[in-house]
Order: sequence, then C-alpha cells, then structure tokens
Amino acid sequence: MKLLTTSFLTCAVKTCRSSPASFPLHFRDASLEKISIPFNSTFLLNILPRIDWTALQTTAAELGLSAMLPSENPQDALLAAQEAGEGGMDIAEDESKGTGIDEEVLKKLWTLLMETGVVEGKLVCGNCGFEYPVKEGVGNFLLPPHLV
Amino acid sequence: MLPTPDTSHVSFNTIYEPAEDSFLLLDSLSSPSEAEWLHQRFSNHSPLAIEVGTGSGVVIGFLSANAEYIFGKPITSLGIDVNTNACKATRETARKAIKEQNSSSDYLASACGDLCSAIKPQSVDVLVFNPPYVPTEELPALPNIEQNYRDEFEKDSHLLSLSYAGGLDGMETTYRLLQQIPDVLSGIGVAYVLLCAQNKPEQVKTAVGGLPNGPWLVETIGRSGKKAGWEKLQIIRIWREPN
Repeated sequence: MKLLTTSFLTCAVKTCRSSPASFPLHFRDASLEKISIPFNSTFLLNILPRIDWTALQTTAAELGLSAMLPSENPQDALLAAQEAGEGGMDIAEDESKGTGIDEEVLKKLWTLLMETGVVEGKLVCGNCGFEYPVKEGVGNFLLPPHLV
Repeated sequence: MLPTPDTSHVSFNTIYEPAEDSFLLLDSLSSPSEAEWLHQRFSNHSPLAIEVGTGSGVVIGFLSANAEYIFGKPITSLGIDVNTNACKATRETARKAIKEQNSSSDYLASACGDLCSAIKPQSVDVLVFNPPYVPTEELPALPNIEQNYRDEFEKDSHLLSLSYAGGLDGMETTYRLLQQIPDVLSGIGVAYVLLCAQNKPEQVKTAVGGLPNGPWLVETIGRSGKKAGWEKLQIIRIWREPN
C-alpha cells in the first residue's frame, strides 16, 4: 500500500464518516518498503492539488518521514506565483523548462508518496479507535458484525 | 485494439474469471466515443480511478495501463474487493499491465473492504463496478475479520459466491453501491456500473435519477448479448454536469 493511498481512505464505521477525527487514519507498528518508480514531475504536480497537506504531515510524522515533506504544498506556492504573474507556467510545461518548484523537493515528495509502501502494520481511526490490519500490503477494512 | 491485461497468475478458485461482462466494460470504457468524453471531462485533472469488486484486476489493470489512450493522461488507481486473494491478484495484474504498456499510471493499492465504505468522501473521479448481479434467493454474508471456515471448500465457495450472487433482482449489492455514489464521487466524478436484464435496468436508471445531491444523469454507453442468451448486459454511466 503506497503512502499516497492514505489520502483517499477513512474509517469504514458509518458514524465516523462525518467526524474530522476519522481522517487521516493513523499508522501503528508500520513496516515499510521502498519501491522504485521513475520520477515523473508532471504526474506528481497533477496529484498534488488533491492532497490534504495537514493530513499528509501527520502521516509522514507517524512513519518518521517528516524530513521528506516541505511545510506547505508546493502546488500552493506555484499557484501563488502564477497569480502574481511571475510564472504563468502551465503545470504540463516541458520538464526542461522547470516548474518553478525546486526539483529536489519534488523528488523527495515522489519518494514519499509513490515509492514508499506500507507492508505490515495497522491503520487506526482517530475517532472510534478501531484498528484496521495491513498484511502483505493489503489493508483490511471489513468490519466485525457488531460494527456494521 | 488495446491489449487485455494478462491474468495468467490468477488462481480462479475464489476469484471471478474475466468473462463477457468484464470484456464489455473494457470495450465500452475504451470506445472512441467514451474516450473522447473522458478526455474532455478530465482535460484539467488527473483522475483517481477506483474499481469496486476487482476480482482478477482485469478491468482496473486495463484502465490504468491504457489511461493515456482512454483519459488522455496517466491516472492513479485503487482496487477494492471483499476477497484478499482478489486484492493481491489485482495488484499483480495492474503492475504487469502498466509495465507492459509502458504507462505512467500508478496503481496505489488494493484494499479489502465493503464497497466504498472506507473511501474518503468526495474523492473518487472514476468509479467502476461490475457487481454480483445474478438474481439469487439469498445474498451471501460479507466476510469479516473474525471469520472462521470449517474447511477450504467452504471458504472458497463463500468467496466465489460473493463475486456473482446479487440477491433480489440481482440488485441488493448494486443498490448499496448506488447509494454511496453521492458521497464518494468528486464534483467531476463519473461512475460506470454494469447491469444485466434481470436487474430491471430502466428501474435502476430511474432510481439513479432520484439520488441525493443531483441532478444525476444516466446513460447506457455499452451493450452486449442483444439477440439470444439470457444474460443481456449493459454499462450505464452516472454523472453530474459540473457547476
């Protein structure tokens, strides 16, 4: 399960869905693997707008990977620069012309989001405390009968 | 014609083997007219695609590997199934297909779960569901974490039954999925659901129109088995016009 997956998951207990505490789910006892995927800045920049940065910071901290993450979404800085008329650069712009974002920052983010997998561990709901097991990289979100 | 993902690594003891319904999804989603619609829909946005009930992974593997053709750009994708064997098989199918097609798409993970219950609200751009649509007297119970089986045969039969048995009108599971659509789809999100004739498709389409947070639009974008055969299939597309 790649780390980016946590951006799209929440607690399966119905009454938790409306609670802000159910997102993101919290890693516990996680063991990680590194997967190699060729860096693709255009693709990464397309994904960044959909990421809740505060949630991602929480997840990275839980895995001891905070150093991989800038304090704010590079996408926000890029948009701000565009609005100020400094860049006017399309995010699908040719890579060689650059994106206005430090490539080292993007490469670290790529490693964090796309190349870091969680193999074993638990994902815990911050609202109800239910622990979802992750085994062989597959999270199990099926609930026991009393919680359905 | 786009290649069908290789599923030769999949053991079909507990997993639905790709069949006419799977192939109808592949053909319908990659038809020139549908690809054009999807290109337009996602011209400014790299979609997150989720398949519910992936089975072998042939559909989500196909969409991921051929995303550049179908969506005009690579996608991120996720697969959900109630069967952990299917989850692992799908991950491998997607990995192989993406590599084979040299696509930039990324299959993030398989998750074991009940439909979209663990998916964050408003996050899904493309939702695909090939349901357990066969009418059956009873709907098999979902597996759960505490599940114990008498033997392997009981386990295999139960998991396989979940891939096809749909209860009343074959629609019990599909109606639960349809009810989740207003919650999980993003503003530009679109859902594709396969129906068979016994599902009473016209009735289903009316029900979709009545879902909350609409107005919801629904259209049949693919059909098969029109002449003979008891299993007449169609794919419906469900979406909203963006504001």
